[in-house]
Amino acid sequence: MSTTTRTTGGAIGASLDRIDGPQKVTGTAPYAYEHHVDNPLYLFPIRSEIARGRVTGIDASAAEALPGMVTVITHENAPQLADTSDRELAILQSDEVAFRGQYIGAVIAETFEVARHAAGLVEVSYDEEPHEAELRENDSDLYTPEQLNAGFPTDTEEGDVDEAFSSAAVTLDERYTTPMEHNNPMEPHTTIALWETGNLTLYESTQGAHPVQRTVAQVFGLDRNRVRVVAPYVGGGFGSKGLPHANTILAALAARMIEGRPVKFALTRQQMFTGVGYRTPTIQRIQLGADEEGHLTAIDHDVIEQTSKIKEFAEQTAVATRSLYATQSRRTTHRLAALDVPVPSWMRAPGEAPGMYALEAAMDEMAIACNLDPIEFRIRNEPEIDAETGLPYSSRNLVACLREGAKRFGWKDRDPSPRARQEGRWLVGTGVASSTYPVFRLPGSRATIRYEGDGRYAVEIGAADIGTGAWTALIQISADAIGVSIEDINLRIGDTTFPFASVAGGSSGITVWGSAIFEAARVFRERHGENPSEGDEVQARTPDNPETENYAMHAFGAYFVEARVDVDTCEVRVPRMAGVFAVGRIINAKTARSQFIGGMTMGLSMALHEESLVDGRFGHVVNHDFAEYHIPTNADVGTMDISWIDEDDPYVNPMGSKGIGEIGIVGSAAAVANAVHHATGVRVRDLPITPDKLLR
Amino acid sequence: MDAEITLHVDGAEHRLTVDTRTTLLDALREHLEIISPKKGCDHGQCGACTVLLDGRRANSCLALAVAHDGTEIVTAGGLAENGDLHPMQRSFIEHDGFQCGYCTPGQIVSAVGMLEEVRAGWPSHVTEDLNVEEIVLDDDEIRERMSGNLCRCAAYANIVPAIREGSER
Ligand code: FES
Ligand code: FES
Repeated sequence: MSTTTRTTGGAIGASLDRIDGPQKVTGTAPYAYEHHVDNPLYLFPIRSEIARGRVTGIDASAAEALPGMVTVITHENAPQLADTSDRELAILQSDEVAFRGQYIGAVIAETFEVARHAAGLVEVSYDEEPHEAELRENDSDLYTPEQLNAGFPTDTEEGDVDEAFSSAAVTLDERYTTPMEHNNPMEPHTTIALWETGNLTLYESTQGAHPVQRTVAQVFGLDRNRVRVVAPYVGGGFGSKGLPHANTILAALAARMIEGRPVKFALTRQQMFTGVGYRTPTIQRIQLGADEEGHLTAIDHDVIEQTSKIKEFAEQTAVATRSLYATQSRRTTHRLAALDVPVPSWMRAPGEAPGMYALEAAMDEMAIACNLDPIEFRIRNEPEIDAETGLPYSSRNLVACLREGAKRFGWKDRDPSPRARQEGRWLVGTGVASSTYPVFRLPGSRATIRYEGDGRYAVEIGAADIGTGAWTALIQISADAIGVSIEDINLRIGDTTFPFASVAGGSSGITVWGSAIFEAARVFRERHGENPSEGDEVQARTPDNPETENYAMHAFGAYFVEARVDVDTCEVRVPRMAGVFAVGRIINAKTARSQFIGGMTMGLSMALHEESLVDGRFGHVVNHDFAEYHIPTNADVGTMDISWIDEDDPYVNPMGSKGIGEIGIVGSAAAVANAVHHATGVRVRDLPITPDKLLR
Repeated sequence: MDAEITLHVDGAEHRLTVDTRTTLLDALREHLEIISPKKGCDHGQCGACTVLLDGRRANSCLALAVAHDGTEIVTAGGLAENGDLHPMQRSFIEHDGFQCGYCTPGQIVSAVGMLEEVRAGWPSHVTEDLNVEEIVLDDDEIRERMSGNLCRCAAYANIVPAIREGSER
């Protein structure tokens, strides 16, 4: 019997150092490629050099003659997959090519050097067919998907939008575009696959060990418990590691052919620009109508974006527009072009990030047209209830964020006229934008709590820490849920050996995993009391939250940005950004701040740097490395003032938290764009805002 | 073609046989299983593989192992002595100068190497006075000098104070 006394909590909300900090700063925390395995082989992929057609011949004789070669896999000799319904994953099953860069084979060798050399020696001939790899606004084949990502309806309409426009005192009708972007986590997508006595082990760089396990088991026709996925440390993902992609299947196929030997496969940075998802380019038309006082009377947001012919991904770009502001009439639509391209997928705040760029840039333009301060304009259009569901908000503090940010940033004396302030060579401007992100609750996660004696509790759940700080936050949550101190928690995550955990995506991780832990703790105390015996154990599932029937649950935020633009070169610098968030309770102040900083910087990046350029003639991304696909460096980022509103939301979950992984990027690109407009008087509506677009 | 070389890594001597095409990074990671230097691009564009090579910071993915026979290499793992973290490492933890941690060993080794460059009086792009005796390591100097180390989690706003304080310890 133990003599644990329950404390009153207090671990949630503390500003704790990451518990995995020492391993990360010394580089000893093992990421997927770094797990020790005996006698590994190395895989280098062979990728299609055409965008559409058929492989007519593969000559691997020169490759096979190299010393150290093990085998070449192609569709001619690859094992058959049990389930080929997901055509992104059904690789090497036929001679068909659906996009440029698709895996059509792989070389397996004793060393990485030999594998890479050999892959270059494999000669492939093709029967090429015409392809279309570029999104065009006037594509006659645009279609209406049945529903959008995360199950949102494709189109919505309330009120009489056309009538409201024609009678509006002020109107705006503009087109905004956002480019294709690639997630590019710093750790490339990686797998070590080992097939032994009918069991498959994957050391995988993933946002969800269990989702990978389920998908791979299905594709290979295996019982789930024959597939183990291990992912204790993950070098970022931002959505691209949220679903398994073809690279994981390729490694597993190779391992199946060479049983007993681990096969290592990490994508090169260049390969990261094909086949692991990306943010679709968008073409967005926004129309706003308002009365004389600046109350919105009509909002119309129409989106064109792309998907792949082999698998649909319909990004929910205009979804935030459905509820953020009050209006009498509103319409949103999404149309897709299916192209001969890799499958687009999740990239940090899919939907909200590109959609809120357009909406919040349009709101800035409309505020000017209505002769209102952009903060005042937003406050004037604050809704009473969530228009999409008709429910009240569990908590909504957008206005508080805007007001608090205005104070912290020093907005009060801003001269609204554009291009009014110059300091030396620099045109100086400031901009503001709102942010919102829904509280997603994915089903099915489970947590185990076991008393291990000596006052210590094991908490096990297959959750992933992709840099979010889950290793630390889940210990804090466990401590408060069980009623012990954080030192008494043995947390185990990142492995399918532990109970099922849903993906670290949609900013939902803490909500669902934390709720499962709270539930397990409650049941544990119910069954085993305050003084359990060693080995006492309980497993519980994330309970349904009945309050989701009564309340709409969203996080909110506001950004303030100062931009400086060189009068001659139009180089844009952003010396300071401020973000104020209303996201429920903060679990760990230190790691939360890092997530906000990371999101806002990615928004800055979206505004000024990122763009994947497709060469339509060949169907590939031309600027496929860090020299040409620009992400911010240290010198591109200035000071970041991060704060949050104390928000007590009793409805979201036992922690009171709303999820913070994505909200930081939503709208921050618009705040930068709005500041650039204020500095220069030039409204760039096509991201990224590169100097050439300001020089006119 | 193979070659036999000796590398001194984090104070230990290793003899190994490498393909002459093997990078220093792969020699460390795949041959010696020293995983502190990370592979982010294999192309000299991200800095995740930064090590101190005979005392100077270098991208180990751009170095061929065979060309560095006999060299002295320090990785982030070797900065911690007898299990005690280097002051720069402690400062990164306190300031949460990372999220996923994949760029972090490279950032820290780079910061340590960078401080030596500053002490040696090497100017940077943002150094105003090239003749100054002692370079003042202000935030702009840190940002400029650390811009060879990309962080996709974008911990930059924390990396700068981490290095500022880490350099003072
Ligand atoms: S891995 Fe060496 S610079 Fe990126
Ligand atoms: S901490 Fe993730 S890339 Fe820097």
